[in-house]
Amino acid sequence: MKKLVISVVLVNLLVACASEKPKETATAPVSTASKPVVAAAPQSAPSPAPAPFTQDDPLKTPEKFPLLAKRSVYYPLDSSVVQDADKPVVEAHARYLSERSNRKVRLEGNCDERGSNEYNLALGQRRADGVMKMLELGGARASQIESVSYGEEKPKSSGHDEAAWAQNRRTDLIYAR
Amino acid sequence: MVMHMLRSVIGLLLLAQASTAGAVLSIEIIGAGEHRVPVAVVPFGGDAMLAQTINEVVAGDLQRSGLFRLVDTAGKSPHELSEVSYPDWHSRGAEALAIGTVTVLPNNRIEARFRLLDVVKQTELAGQAVSANNDQARAIGHRIADLIYEKLTGDKGVFSTRIAYVNRQGQKYRLIVADSDGYNEHVVLERSEPIMSPAWSPDGSHLAYASFETGHAVVYIQSLYTNQRMAVADFRGSNSAPAWSPDGKQLAVVLTRDGSSQIYLIRPDGSGARRITFNGSINTEPNFSPDGKFLLFTSDRGGSPQIYRMPVEGGQEQRITFGAGNNFSPRHSPDGKSFVFAHFGNGRFYIATQDFQTGQMSLLTEGGWEKKPSFAPNGKIILFASEGRGRGILATVSGDGRVKQHMYTQSGDAREPVWGPNL
Repeated sequence: MKKLVISVVLVNLLVACASEKPKETATAPVSTASKPVVAAAPQSAPSPAPAPFTQDDPLKTPEKFPLLAKRSVYYPLDSSVVQDADKPVVEAHARYLSERSNRKVRLEGNCDERGSNEYNLALGQRRADGVMKMLELGGARASQIESVSYGEEKPKSSGHDEAAWAQNRRTDLIYAR
Repeated sequence: MVMHMLRSVIGLLLLAQASTAGAVLSIEIIGAGEHRVPVAVVPFGGDAMLAQTINEVVAGDLQRSGLFRLVDTAGKSPHELSEVSYPDWHSRGAEALAIGTVTVLPNNRIEARFRLLDVVKQTELAGQAVSANNDQARAIGHRIADLIYEKLTGDKGVFSTRIAYVNRQGQKYRLIVADSDGYNEHVVLERSEPIMSPAWSPDGSHLAYASFETGHAVVYIQSLYTNQRMAVADFRGSNSAPAWSPDGKQLAVVLTRDGSSQIYLIRPDGSGARRITFNGSINTEPNFSPDGKFLLFTSDRGGSPQIYRMPVEGGQEQRITFGAGNNFSPRHSPDGKSFVFAHFGNGRFYIATQDFQTGQMSLLTEGGWEKKPSFAPNGKIILFASEGRGRGILATVSGDGRVKQHMYTQSGDAREPVWGPNL
């Protein structure tokens, strides 16, 4: 059942990607800060819906909800595609957000240092935005999500080796308290 | 004999909040130019303390350029033309000789009068009186070094110019402006979130940069005179990579408000944002050509990060770096004939240049963790971020790759350096 839901979401994701065309943008005043430009994404997977999360906040009982307990997804070098192993994690967070419209999450994209700072800032944003799209396709509302990038500026692990780099290529999901 | 001296007065940037950060501890010089001019810089006469500072700055500047060899003065210290014995200096191997005196003026200013003499032809190459406020002895030294450099090499000196960089120490990020030798540091901004990509306005009066202080990257412009600043681009997502047009009337910035990282033109007051790249990939690190007509930028549209070039007003976007490896952070040379960039290959970053005409790429460094290069205004030296003793440091390399310098700051990591304009 879960597999089915995920594959439907994936199809939607592909459709969304294919329809993402660069848009000519009109001149806008500086101060217009956050007006989410979300492609009219097809709404999340049709029923049968999985059982709702329990009354208590599942984020607070990580032993019962191991997928929600994971708050980072990791990437190969120069990639911003959520890996198969991490898809159930993002899916679980999407479901959680869709069922709790008062919760908000901040996505922080990060990179290893093998790029320029600015290129990594762009790559980290692409990583965070990729997770944001998956969350939205999974039923979360755009207003619940903020996506930002730190590029290579906030490495979790310092050091110039693959072990450190692997730790640093990630998107963190941070819930507002 | 009629004293024929030019006068110059140094008007330095008066930085508001002139707080001083840790000074540069040491500078290592590696390599030397092919032909080094032997020059003797005689200890200046007059006020001993000031003279010592000025002499040290002049000698240090000339030595670090790699284009001069300092000749031992053997205790001789002529201060006036009449005291100079040319044959004496000739036999010591000096081709040029700098002499002078420093005096404290009544109005809290100091004045250095100096002469540069051609030992071989026994003529005066330059004579000038340079004055400044009494706390700016180093500035006088840099100015004298510039004059010597220009007379003896034919290129304009850059010792009086300034650099900007970010110092990271734990959770503290400081945007710093310093003299070209790393001394005389001023903290322009201090935050507990990252600061990136400082960019000098063409007249050197403002810095644009990206700061994460509000939780995401926002582009600010800050006056170095008043410290006043304003957010120029604060849209959803990331706002970064500011680059000034040569006339200072617009900036190229990178915004992600429409999805992926795209280049926009925007006025320095934040108005009139206009998108100029329309490729779904990453487009970032724009840099204007000296004539203001073209942009270099980094894009991964071809599958890996490479350098591209496009007309500012839109049109054909052309890939201009090829071959193995990735390329980042392009910046035009001041004459517009080449560009410098960071090349990543075999697990190392190198500083490289490429000629527009021939497409020939040259690696200037042996490789390491070397990023973010920028040219000095005379195009002869390139400043970049490197690593040494386990920390981020500032480094320079001459345009021909022969002379390198490592500048170790007192503490923290030096990142994101950029050379400022002539003032």
